[in-house]
Amino acid sequence: MADQSSSNGHYAIEAKNLNVFYGDFHAVKDVNLTVEKNKITALIGPSGCGKSTVLRCFNRMNDLIPVARIQGDVLFHGKNIYDPDVDPVQVRRRIGMVFQKPNPFPKSIYDNVAWGAKINGFKGDLDELVRTSLEGAALWDEVKDKLDANGYSLSGGQQQRLCIARALAVRPDIILMDEPTSALDPIASLRIEELMIQLAEQYTIIVVTHNMQQAARVSDYTAFFTVDEGRTGYLEEFAPTEELFTTPRSRITEDYITGRFG
Amino acid sequence: MTNNSYFPEGSELERFVKRRRQKGVIWRSLFLLATTLGVIILMVLLLSIIDDSLGYAAVQYKIDPHEMVVGFYQDMALNASNARAFDDADELARALGEHPDAVGLLDEATFRAHADDLRAVSIEDGELPGVVVAVSQQNDWLQSVTMQELAPLFTIAETWSDVREGWPETPVHRYLPPAGSPVLTTFIAGVYGDDPAQQPVEALLAMLAQHLSPGALRQFVAEKPLDQRTQEEALGILAERVLEPTVIETWSLSQSILHKDEIEAAMAQTPDAELEFRRWVTWDFITSPQSSKPELAGVRTAIIGSLWVVLITLLFSVPVGIGAAVYLEEYGSGSRLDQFIENNINNLAGVPSIIYGMLGLAVFVRALEPLTSGSMFGLADPTTANGRTILAAGLTLGLLILPIIIINAREAIRAVPRAFREASYGLGATKWQTIWHHVLPNAIPGILTGSILAISRAFGETAPLVVVGASTAIFVDPNGPFSKFTTLPIQIYQWTSRPQAAFQNLAAAAIIVLLALLLALNAVAILLRNKYQRSY
Ligand SMILES: Nc1ncnc2c1ncn2[C@@H]1O[C@H](COP(=O)(O)OP(=O)(O)OP(=O)(O)O)[C@@H](O)[C@H]1O
Ligand SMILES: [Mg+2]
Repeated sequence: MADQSSSNGHYAIEAKNLNVFYGDFHAVKDVNLTVEKNKITALIGPSGCGKSTVLRCFNRMNDLIPVARIQGDVLFHGKNIYDPDVDPVQVRRRIGMVFQKPNPFPKSIYDNVAWGAKINGFKGDLDELVRTSLEGAALWDEVKDKLDANGYSLSGGQQQRLCIARALAVRPDIILMDEPTSALDPIASLRIEELMIQLAEQYTIIVVTHNMQQAARVSDYTAFFTVDEGRTGYLEEFAPTEELFTTPRSRITEDYITGRFG
Repeated sequence: MTNNSYFPEGSELERFVKRRRQKGVIWRSLFLLATTLGVIILMVLLLSIIDDSLGYAAVQYKIDPHEMVVGFYQDMALNASNARAFDDADELARALGEHPDAVGLLDEATFRAHADDLRAVSIEDGELPGVVVAVSQQNDWLQSVTMQELAPLFTIAETWSDVREGWPETPVHRYLPPAGSPVLTTFIAGVYGDDPAQQPVEALLAMLAQHLSPGALRQFVAEKPLDQRTQEEALGILAERVLEPTVIETWSLSQSILHKDEIEAAMAQTPDAELEFRRWVTWDFITSPQSSKPELAGVRTAIIGSLWVVLITLLFSVPVGIGAAVYLEEYGSGSRLDQFIENNINNLAGVPSIIYGMLGLAVFVRALEPLTSGSMFGLADPTTANGRTILAAGLTLGLLILPIIIINAREAIRAVPRAFREASYGLGATKWQTIWHHVLPNAIPGILTGSILAISRAFGETAPLVVVGASTAIFVDPNGPFSKFTTLPIQIYQWTSRPQAAFQNLAAAAIIVLLALLLALNAVAILLRNKYQRSY
């Protein structure tokens, strides 16, 4: 990975010497990570190693946590999104997010999808946008007859796909997903996984997961995080998924993926 | 590892579990006791108010209402066509016996003495004890009458056929006992009734014409033509201008039920007073303006004053309170200044209300007089001419409940799930879009509930309004923010300190009105909350 650190247009987003602190606590140290366009990159590692923290750095969600402090660069289109002249609102419009627990708005299905586009000044045909976004999230057939129903009237898996449709509706470049299937049953999880693979044709996806099989099944690249003695998280190994799972370079990675640790 | 040795087993376990359960039972009983106590206190409170708002009242009239009604019909009967009054009953009987077209009223003894010449007419649907409606033996067609036929028979009917078809078309001759005689009085009370409330509107208006001075009558007619008056209006003006009741003593509901004998003994002492069972909360009471006579006083002025004041309070404190809450919750950076403001708001919520009254007096009544009196806009009410207006009172109460609204609204805002904010930011929403589209709509039920509870508090507040200068005696309805005013609680407070017995009952009645309004407010709060309540 070190040989690919230049910020050419090949990468969707890139973290350089990223350090995150929560108050005095050094949560993540010296992360260097490059995410390729239209690929799925999985972040794995034991609980508390800072996967969510790193993920949230990619669209400045950590700004919402008052005690969080970030050092280092996150390059998006060659521009550090933490530069003082960058507006986090614009960053998040380009880099969408799907959360661990489905969190539709307490509005109709239609409004859930349309709202993000509306506030971002969308001028096209809203109905069309809602339809394509729901189709993109493989939800259209299930909800096309009840677009007025409350988002919370859907099942958990449907809600999560609604959240994905909602993220798609603003046409982001990158979609960040933090354990998107951890609240779902295996079948619903599989549907989301299939969806991710489909979406990767158009979008770059970074996904945090605790499920080794899931990472192995869907992702093109895998980043393995772990913690040192001070409970500070760091990136132990980053490689194409197949390589990382079959011939891990690091002993710790091997222990983790074979279930001997974590 | 022997798991079991560390935990109780067998009978020891049973005892242990039982002991833990017992603790729960004790606590539950205590809680039940506390709840019961609260309910009992509430019931006692309600009962004592209801007790005072119903019951007997000893009422004295300038003109007795029964006498007025009886006198009215007596005049009508005595002045009817072919009516003759006889001072001597025997003479009446003799004259009646000789005249086949006459009808007369007699006592039973005289009738029996002349039974050879006279015949009693039976009354089909009633009884007039001690009174005999009699005709001559020569009359062969009048056997029986109804009560309804008796009424025109002795007043407006000209001929017998006017009363019932088929009777002869000869004129009716009426032979009556003298004015004020028991026979005539009993007859009138039985046939026409002697309660003003039972009389038709035409009769009431005629009574008014009889008793009002010509000037007063002209004024009454000028307000509204007679033929458009309702029975209620006629009764009202009769009570106010003719009967002029004075309540000299009142009894509570419990006294009325349990000590009827004592009340009757007391009534025996004042023979000119009448005992009436009163319901003090009446529609008249709610719609009448304030008056210095308890018989006529109502709470309309106070209700309108209360509603105006609360409206101003609401318009001021709810937007400002929500604004402050949004700032502190969403924008407050936790700086020293913010913390200082926060602490102060929490402390302000506990400041006694009288102190807000002092503040209101100094700031709104005195310093901002040009604004609160309306003189700044040229709208000053000439009868107030100072800052003791609805506006000053509303703003003072607004300050009083502002901290409560802020604290409640912050609570509601804080309760909005973090996930909604994250989802909103994640879509590229700005902070304000997030607040406006997600935080506030989801906090609305909580904010509304808190605000309406705070408004209820303002509604019942007295002390600060006394300081700010609520009028104690005001007889005209307030008509805008620059009017002087009184409010329901102030009215209640003022009535309870009056010496006349009836004002105590009026105070109880006003308390019921106040409670009803407060309940309505709370019901609105619940409805709104349920309407906006979301499920997620
Ligand atoms: N808001 C916060 N304030 C303080 N510390 C935090 C905060 N969020 C996370 N941390 C700490 O940062 C470290 C990394 O947390 P993070 O949530 O990124 O872990 P994670 O890898 O996503 O774990 P999991 O797999 O359990 O979700 C943890 O030690 C956690 O306690
Ligand atoms: Mg996490």
